[in-house]
Amino acid sequence: MTALRNAPPRYALVVLVVLFFAGLPTVVTSFQSLEWAGVLIFAIAIMGLNVLVGYNGQISLGHGAFMALGAYTTAILVHRYQLNYLVTIPIAGLLTGLVGFFLGIPALRLSPLYLALATFALAVVTPSLIKRPEGLTNGVQGIQLLPPDPPPLLSDVFSLVNGGQPMTSEQWLYYLSFAIALLLFWVAWNLIRHRPGRALRAIRDGEVAAAAFGVNVAGYKTLAFGLSAFYAGVAGSLYGLATGFVSPDTFPVSLSFQLLVGAVIGGLASIAGPLVGGIFTYWLPIVSSQFVSDQTWIPSQISAVFVNAGPAVTYGALLILIMIFAPNGVVGLILSGYRRLRDRLRGAGERGTGQMPPDHQTI
Amino acid sequence: MQDFLQQVVSGIATGGIFASLALALVLIYNAMGLVNFAQGEMAMLATFTALSLIQRGVDYWIALPVTLVLAFVGGVVIQRVVIRPVERAPVLTLVIVTLGLATLINGLAGFLFGYVPRSFPSPFSVQTVSILGAFASYQDLGVIVVSAIVLVLMYVLLQRTPIGLAMRAAAHQPEASRLLGIRVSWMLALGWGLASAVGAVSGIMAAPALLLEPNMMQTVIIYAFAAAVLGGIESPLGAVLGGLIVGVTVNLAGAYVPGVGGDLQLAVAFAIIIAVLVLKPNGLMGRGSVRRA
Amino acid sequence: MSTLLALEGVRAGYGQTRALHGVSMSVGEGDIVALLGANGAGKTTTLRAVTGGVRWEGSIHFAGRSLSRMSTESVVRLGIAHVPEGRGIITQLTVDENLRLGAYLRRDRQGVRADYERVFDYFPILRERRELSAGALSGGEQQMLALARALLMRPRLLLLDEPSLGLAPLVVRSLFEIIRTINEKEGVAVLLVEQNARIALELSSHAYVLEVGRVAVEGPSAQLKEEESVRRSYLGY
Repeated sequence: MTALRNAPPRYALVVLVVLFFAGLPTVVTSFQSLEWAGVLIFAIAIMGLNVLVGYNGQISLGHGAFMALGAYTTAILVHRYQLNYLVTIPIAGLLTGLVGFFLGIPALRLSPLYLALATFALAVVTPSLIKRPEGLTNGVQGIQLLPPDPPPLLSDVFSLVNGGQPMTSEQWLYYLSFAIALLLFWVAWNLIRHRPGRALRAIRDGEVAAAAFGVNVAGYKTLAFGLSAFYAGVAGSLYGLATGFVSPDTFPVSLSFQLLVGAVIGGLASIAGPLVGGIFTYWLPIVSSQFVSDQTWIPSQISAVFVNAGPAVTYGALLILIMIFAPNGVVGLILSGYRRLRDRLRGAGERGTGQMPPDHQTI
Repeated sequence: MQDFLQQVVSGIATGGIFASLALALVLIYNAMGLVNFAQGEMAMLATFTALSLIQRGVDYWIALPVTLVLAFVGGVVIQRVVIRPVERAPVLTLVIVTLGLATLINGLAGFLFGYVPRSFPSPFSVQTVSILGAFASYQDLGVIVVSAIVLVLMYVLLQRTPIGLAMRAAAHQPEASRLLGIRVSWMLALGWGLASAVGAVSGIMAAPALLLEPNMMQTVIIYAFAAAVLGGIESPLGAVLGGLIVGVTVNLAGAYVPGVGGDLQLAVAFAIIIAVLVLKPNGLMGRGSVRRA
Repeated sequence: MSTLLALEGVRAGYGQTRALHGVSMSVGEGDIVALLGANGAGKTTTLRAVTGGVRWEGSIHFAGRSLSRMSTESVVRLGIAHVPEGRGIITQLTVDENLRLGAYLRRDRQGVRADYERVFDYFPILRERRELSAGALSGGEQQMLALARALLMRPRLLLLDEPSLGLAPLVVRSLFEIIRTINEKEGVAVLLVEQNARIALELSSHAYVLEVGRVAVEGPSAQLKEEESVRRSYLGY
């Protein structure tokens, strides 16, 4: 509870962040808007993972597979059955959530280690599983999706603030992702603050004790799995729409890793963490590849290798370093830094001045 | 029938490769209750080391033991530098660290050696020899023999030597072992070193058929997971048995079950993992509970 | 008689809580010393401090050597065998493997072989159970195994943490008989932690009574046994 009281002025910060993201497309290019849509989509998926790993203490190395399911649900419904893409987003989320819920039942019997193993294996086989029902998924060819047109009314409103320029479909995709991210973050925040959140954390901190306090352990654990998969499914659906193309290779194992890295770097068991994680994991490969290819003095063969290997090396090193030195991630670091700064400004007399706050290690 | 026997023999050969990597996983599991997700990548890096040696003109049969020694040292160093700081952390933290390690090694290998698949020499010819009416390649037989030697050596080391006994004691009860004068932390490092060396054998045996590139072991590790889980993750003997069963099953499924070719063989391994975890979580040879609080 | 183990002003604790507030005591060469006191008085912590199982301040010397900042493994190598609470049997291994671990540090094969025979003379039951899993032994047999294993370490000092715990009175009696024999025949000094004060005072020559992390009373065991007030207020019988 002290963590809540010591937190920075929360609402002002939230409003600032929301305003930043709402205004972003008016200052960046249409293409860059699409990239930022990618950030928000990652943030949604990472939030889902965070509910599971950070708040409930279960691990999944297979959230990329859930994203794949969401993306293919939307792609198939739009491409084959000509459904409106907006309708497919909740369908994708619910279907994936349902699958996650049912996968959560056998997961109950598994130790954390075995759960990690099983979900890892799931992530590895997913691409080959997708390839098989070719009639449905188009096999290795993948499925193309046309970029959606923005609703006319929104487009008109947008042109008012954007110097008369109508909304492009990239910008529309950005706002769509933004709206959904906002909604889902709000849902997660409410959930975490209230009874279900307390139950999830109680289970994480000790299943036996939680059960003794009357928490329905099995129910909440499967629910966490389902909810987590729902987020990933929605993110996958948006991901497919934003990239305009889904294929088995869109969802390699490394995607699942990327999500986990995002959750860990942002800070497990924090609401802001997934956003930080989303920004980081989305931009790191892009920025590092652009940066390296821009360096003309590096021979092209070498820079090609850099582009391929750079993110993996960085992700790996960061995962290890964060787990060793800052298990609460970037948000944890900022929070403890803020507290220290504030304590110093208030002067001595407060207990614990200049000391690290006790780490609420979450996993 | 002849064809069937041939499939079985080559299944045993692949099984030997899986078994070595599975044994590496079991060693670390027993030492600290952890599945090392980086085991495959460590093996891959060792295989690149072997290739570099061979390309510099070192004879295969010298390069192999030299690589194993280097892999051993590498394993010890990884334990000291990366694992030790989080040794007492919850298992989730450890899993994430080994995943980070896997990603890091994969990237490093890509950085150092590139992503173009390379052919890896084999000391065994691809010619076949007839045994009991079935034709088996010298390559397959060689893999079987090398894997068998490694597995027997590991068995002798763990079950028949004082240091092996101390390693097992340290794994089971670190506190009590300390009171007997066993340097527990070094036993852990030793476990990582041995696992790294055994895993390296698996990589070197797999490379001629798979072609060497940074992602080579990503499928092999799944088969090894399946083998370890099937055998009961704490049983070295189970890992070997599981490896052989998985190898033969996957080979036969690929040959005889329509539609299960190429990458879908991986789905067979996945199905084995899930089936064992749900139906018989202790595997074939495991005893007691595998839950770790 | 020369002092083998000497503690002076030892303070120790777990995290924020202090368990020992300056304990001083000594064990002479070949002595049996009892360490008594209620639950939570710090008896186990005292033993753990000696073998480096808990952080401590003050001074602890063994055979004239300071044990400050030494790891458990190194302390043990000096010749201290510690049979911890719960006996420290590695139940996943066989009886024989447990015994072999007792001789893990030794390099004299001949001596080890002879010691095996001696140990089996003390505990014949272990010879029969040699190939069994140690987890399959009864409580009394496990305690014997723990003692046997400790003897194979050829210690100069034996630290025993509540050997009588959970054992039937008859078993306890024979166990303590063996401890006495070992002490007399092998010249091994014993520091014995016990709840069962009566039997511990019978066995030991000197005793310390701990109360919330301090030595409350000390003296020759025979004397403590006789003093009514000590018996009532500290020993509870």
